[in-house]
This record gives sequence, structure tokens and C-alpha cells, in this order.
Amino acid sequence: MAYGNFLPAKMTPREAAWQLACNRRDFLRAATGAVLGSALMGPFARAVTLPKRRKAVVITFGGGARDQETFAPEGQENIPHLMRELIPQSTFFTQVVNRGILGHYVATASLATGVYETINNFASLPPEHPTAFEYFRKDLKRPSSDAWVVAPSNGFNRIGESSHRSYGSGLGARVLLPKHLLTAATSGGRDYQHLLRDNYETPFYAPELGGSEVELNQLEEILKLSVDEFKAHARTLSSPDELSVYIARQLMRQVAPSLLWITMHDIDIAHAGAYSLYIDGIRRTDRLCAEIWKAIESEPEYAGNTTMFILPDFGRDSDDDSGGNGFQHHRTGDTLSRTTWMMAMGAGVREGVVFDRAVDSTDLVPTLGSMLGFSASLAQGKPIHELL
Amino acid sequence: MLPSDLKPELFKNYPPEAREVVTRHIPALQGLPLSILPSLLREVIDYDFKFPAERKAVDRELANLKAISSDESAVWFAGFAKIKLNSALEDLDWINSPALFVEQLSAYLWTTHQLDAFRVAAVDYAARLEKAAPPVKPVIPRLGIAVIGQGVATPEEPLFRKLRAHGAYFNRIKPENGLRLLLSAVAVRATAHPEPYGHWYIDGGKAAEHDPVLTTVSYGDLEPARTALLRKMREEIDRPGMGPEALRTILAKLRPADLGLGTGDEVLNRFQIRLLTEGSGTQIFSTTFAQWAGRETLRRAQPLTLLVRFAPRQRQKPMNELLSANNDQIEFDPMGSLVDADMGAYYNWLNQQRLPGAEQSSFLVWFEDHGEALAIGPSMPRGTESASTADLAQVLSWMT
Repeated sequence: MAYGNFLPAKMTPREAAWQLACNRRDFLRAATGAVLGSALMGPFARAVTLPKRRKAVVITFGGGARDQETFAPEGQENIPHLMRELIPQSTFFTQVVNRGILGHYVATASLATGVYETINNFASLPPEHPTAFEYFRKDLKRPSSDAWVVAPSNGFNRIGESSHRSYGSGLGARVLLPKHLLTAATSGGRDYQHLLRDNYETPFYAPELGGSEVELNQLEEILKLSVDEFKAHARTLSSPDELSVYIARQLMRQVAPSLLWITMHDIDIAHAGAYSLYIDGIRRTDRLCAEIWKAIESEPEYAGNTTMFILPDFGRDSDDDSGGNGFQHHRTGDTLSRTTWMMAMGAGVREGVVFDRAVDSTDLVPTLGSMLGFSASLAQGKPIHELL
Repeated sequence: MLPSDLKPELFKNYPPEAREVVTRHIPALQGLPLSILPSLLREVIDYDFKFPAERKAVDRELANLKAISSDESAVWFAGFAKIKLNSALEDLDWINSPALFVEQLSAYLWTTHQLDAFRVAAVDYAARLEKAAPPVKPVIPRLGIAVIGQGVATPEEPLFRKLRAHGAYFNRIKPENGLRLLLSAVAVRATAHPEPYGHWYIDGGKAAEHDPVLTTVSYGDLEPARTALLRKMREEIDRPGMGPEALRTILAKLRPADLGLGTGDEVLNRFQIRLLTEGSGTQIFSTTFAQWAGRETLRRAQPLTLLVRFAPRQRQKPMNELLSANNDQIEFDPMGSLVDADMGAYYNWLNQQRLPGAEQSSFLVWFEDHGEALAIGPSMPRGTESASTADLAQVLSWMT
């Protein structure tokens, strides 16, 4: 067979996705005592503390991790913070299906628009449909300072604002690219190309910038952070995602946006094929998610009125699909790489509840809309009623 | 250009054997949908530089296409015929650049949400082909060996966790001369059952002394080629307008001579260049190189014997170290490499089990210079532990 080897499927994709969801539920039930949503043993929703404005923080658990390295019994050692601290406080969806293109930029753009985008994953292009940030700002008449994206790579610089003619220009989120800032801050010094490797999917290529990303000279004005402080702190951090979280925390403290989107990416080192580095990335992302939640709980502007979402943009290839190379990539489009999970926690969300029904990646934006009060009128997805 | 327009003269740029093979089958190819034909041509165009197992697979597939009737062909390829292509794909020079077509087709299938339909069609076709023209079983049961953990004194986690359920775990192996014993054993197999590209030794570092009867690839010996490749990639990336797709196209056109591998075995040299240009991370991490080389050897050459020895890869420096001065010196990460190699050994076993004759195949993984090993095969009890004292030659004799 000359077309790559395809294993005959033992189950239909729908059956396989359902099985995956059931496995996740069972893993969680065994490890955390979370209960099935329909049982509603723990219907304790965190109240929204008024009159503060409702806020939402979205974290993409990037660039995708498989159950066997996370929620399965043998993987739980890699996500102690999710398992012990966050999941018990969250509503967990075991079956979030991504039916779109499995490239990180285009998939994240799809999450942000609620439409399966088809833009070139490796080009510096805006999403074609309005983003959550545009709906949010236009419907609620919010200033640009109220919607922010912190993203790891230059390729995400257009994520904040679509090319849609009814939205687009001037209505999007402001975008912070911490690695880009670091590049600018260290220019004239050593060659940091290897450090600032932009995209693990194409590690030797970085797209040109263009968009509304924050420039170095705005660092002090927005984040109240001098270039020297920024550089000094960067020297204490071990990875680009740590830098992103540091910047996000600074943003929360100084600007307190109501809609904050943080894209993690360290796990995607898996594309280099070194399993130990992939595992290190999962463990680091697990820790950083907990740090962000702690920041939310400790920042007066966020504590009590913020809902946090954590979800991967998609998964990674299964070991069973001979067309791929296991954890390394997400190229086969198999069920494992398409079926992920999502946890929601904080204001208005029930704790310790698990739902097995399939929800769609594109459901996130309409759900955010229902929570924050905007209408995602052009999104393909539907609001997730269990969160409303 | 559509498949029905195929003529022998259109293949004049193909290498001699490929041209001869394809022109003998043009009537059969004319009936194939365009969504699948370039995938087949991608294999055919490299016929002159393919391993024997790959040539047999191409021959088998073409012979089958010739044997089935046009009505049968319509049924076999019905799924592919339903894939809707655009004129941009039809206008590509898919005869002379089938790989480029396949790459663009892949992107197009993702974009138009036809990937799942294509997968279904491919699975269906593969099943029909396997039934109509089953692959040939190996002349002797295959043997795979993985040597992992070079430079590690004590692992931080239990080894072989993914493989233990499938075989017998030994914890009192006599490690003395272990690598030499294994290399001798595979050389004996190669001498007893000679087959071109049938017995391989892949090393993630510098190859140890071995019998030249083995086909050998090593990360260490490819260092000049890797350096040349990284330099070339950097030059290309710095050119204005360069993007990932364009870079991939340029890399796909590289020939052994472009990276200093102009002499010797052309088939093997082309294979090695592909490991470096198609494998993600193979240029940087030796563990990735060893795993990918093992995978591609199994997939393409379908060897009777494959020994893969993993070596420490360079350490991935954390950001704070990269920001500090004096960071140019390469350091190694033996412990991380052991974790990589343990997973790599599992993947080698999985890939070996995808080949014909899997039920008779054996696999051994050994923690280099230590007493731990795991043996899988028809004669090895699954999920067991043995405290027997034995050297690796004895364990191999129990397995094969």
C-alpha cells in the first residue's frame, strides 16, 4: 500500500470518541471523586460577586497532550495540579471534538471565532470570522484595553482581530507576544534565534509580524515594566510559556482585562520527537495553569467574578495509527487527535461535575457570549447549557 | 491534465526503471481517480532508488491494478472518485511532481473537510489490496533489538513500562560484552540469511565495530550532512518570501551530493537524506533520529533484523540558560535520552508488529551495560519476570 499505512478502524470515529470520553470520566471519577453531571451531587456554583464585572480567562493547554500522558492512570503523575487542585473545583467536559484543521494557529483561531477556520496555518493571516474579542467589544462597547491575548509565537499575532467586514479593524483584542518582546529587548546582543524558535510545527521558520501586537516601547506604558526588569525576569524563567504567564499576570495586575486569552505552547516541543521534553512540557503547563488560577483568586479585580476555561486546541496522534508517529505530531486526523476535553471553573460554574456528552470546539465562543453578555451571531457552535 | 490523458511519453523524465515500470501499466492507471493516482506515482517515480521490499510492494500493487477489470476498479476506487478536487490541483504537474501534488492535496483535504472521506477510502482500498495480493511473509521470523540508556547509571523511573505486559522482564542479565554479543548475533543472522537491506544496525551515536554485512546508519557519521543541511535551511529561511511549504519543497529536492553524500550506495544515501529532510527533529536530537530511522527502516525496508542503539542527545537548554552568556557548548542529557529511548523502543516494537509475520516476530530491549532487559516473542511468556542469570546471547537463543 503506497499511501501511508492506515489501520482498519475497530470502531467508528463516533464510537471511539465516546469510548475516549467514558475512559476520561472513569479516570477522573477514580482519581478525584468527580461525579457525572446528570447525578448533580455537587451542584454548588460559585456565585458571581456583584457589582464587579464578570470576567473570563481562557487558557489553551497547548499544543495538545494525549490521555495516556495526562488523564489515564499512567499519565496522572504528569498533571498533579489539574488532578488535585483544579478538576475538583471545575465542571469537566470529557468529549470536546475538534472537526477542523489540526494546526495550532488555525485551530486556535477556530476556538476564538467559533467557526472552523480554513486559513493557512503558517501564514500571517487574520481569522475570517469575527473573534470573541470583537463580539465582546462591539456588543458591550468595551475599550481595547478590556480584551487581550497573550500568545507564544509570532504566528499568533493576527489572532485578536478578524478580517470580517462587519467587525475586524479596531474592534479586536490587543495581542502580547512575549517572545517577540524578548527578541526586541535583547536585540543587538547575542543571536537568540534558537531560543525564540517560533513554531514547533515548523521549527525553522517564523512568519513576519504584522497586526496589532504590542511593541517593546509599550511595555512600560501598559505593563509598568521596564525593559531591564523584563529582561532580568526573563533570565529567571525556564520556558516561553513561563514568560507568557509572567506577562499575563502583569497584565492582570496592571490592566485587568475582562476577557483574557492565554495560549500555551511548550508541550508542542513534542514535534522534535523527544518524549521526555514532551512530558516536561505537560508538567510545566499543568503547574502554570494552577499558577494562573491562583493569580485569579488573589487579584482583587478577578477574585470571585472570573470564570476560567482550560482546553487543548486538539490532541495528538495515537500510537495505534501507523500513518503518524505517536505523540510526535497531530497529522493523522484520527479520533484521539480530534477528541479533547475542557474544564471550566470559577464564577457561576458548578464544582466537581463531569459531563460526557460531546461538545464542539466551536461551542466555546457562544458560551463565552452567554456568560459575558454578547451575541456570537456568526459562530457555528452553540452555548454549552451546562455552564449557563 | 487528468489520468485519462496519460501517455508513455509524459514519463520521459522518470528514471529508467521507474519509466519502464509505469509505461507498462498506463491503461490501468488511466482509470484511477486523480485523488489517488499521484500518491501511487510518488512511489513509482523513486522506484530506481527504493529498497527491494518497496519495489515488491509497487510491483504487487501495479500488477493488481492490471488484473482487475474496469468495473472492479470502479468499485475499488469509488471512495476516491467521490473526493472533489479543484482546478489548481488538476493543473499541477502531478506526473513529474507527484510529491508536491500529494502535499497540496493533503492541505486541500483538511481545508475542505474531506480528510475523513479520504481516510475511509484509503482504509477500504488497503484492505482490498491486502486480500487480493497479500504481502509476502519473511523467510525467517523478524528480530528487533533496542539498546537504550547509554551513559545512565540508575534510571529515575522503572524501564520498559509500555512493553512489560507483552513479554518477559529480566533483571539479572550479565551485561559484560552485551553490545558485542548482540552485534555478533545479528551478523550471524545476516550471514545465514543474506538479503539486500535485510539486516540493519542503526546507532544514535557513532557506530560501534560491526560486521560490514549489516546495513548501517549512524547519527554520528551523518554529522557533516546534518551540519550542511542546517546551514542550507538557515540560508533558505533568510530569503525573502520563504515559507514552510516552499522550504519543504526545496528540502524534498535535495540529493545526497548536495549534503556531501555523493559517493557510495545511492539507495542508502537517499534514504539517509530523507531521514534528515523529512524527519522532524532528526537533525537536532539523536534519540529522535534513532527512533525515526528505526521507524522508516521498518516501514520501507521491512528488514529481517533491526538493531537500534540509542545514544544521549544534546540537552535542551532552558530559556534562562539560553539568555545567559557562554551557552554555545553542547551538553548531553543521558537521563532524558533514556526516557526518549524507552518510548522509542516501544515504537520500534509497534512498527515491527505492523509488518507481515508479526505473530512470529521477536523483540529485545536492553538497558545498556546493565542487568535489565525485556524479551518479547512467541516463546516468551507475557507479563512475566525472570530472575535467571543469563547473558544476552542466551536470552536471544530463548527468543529465536
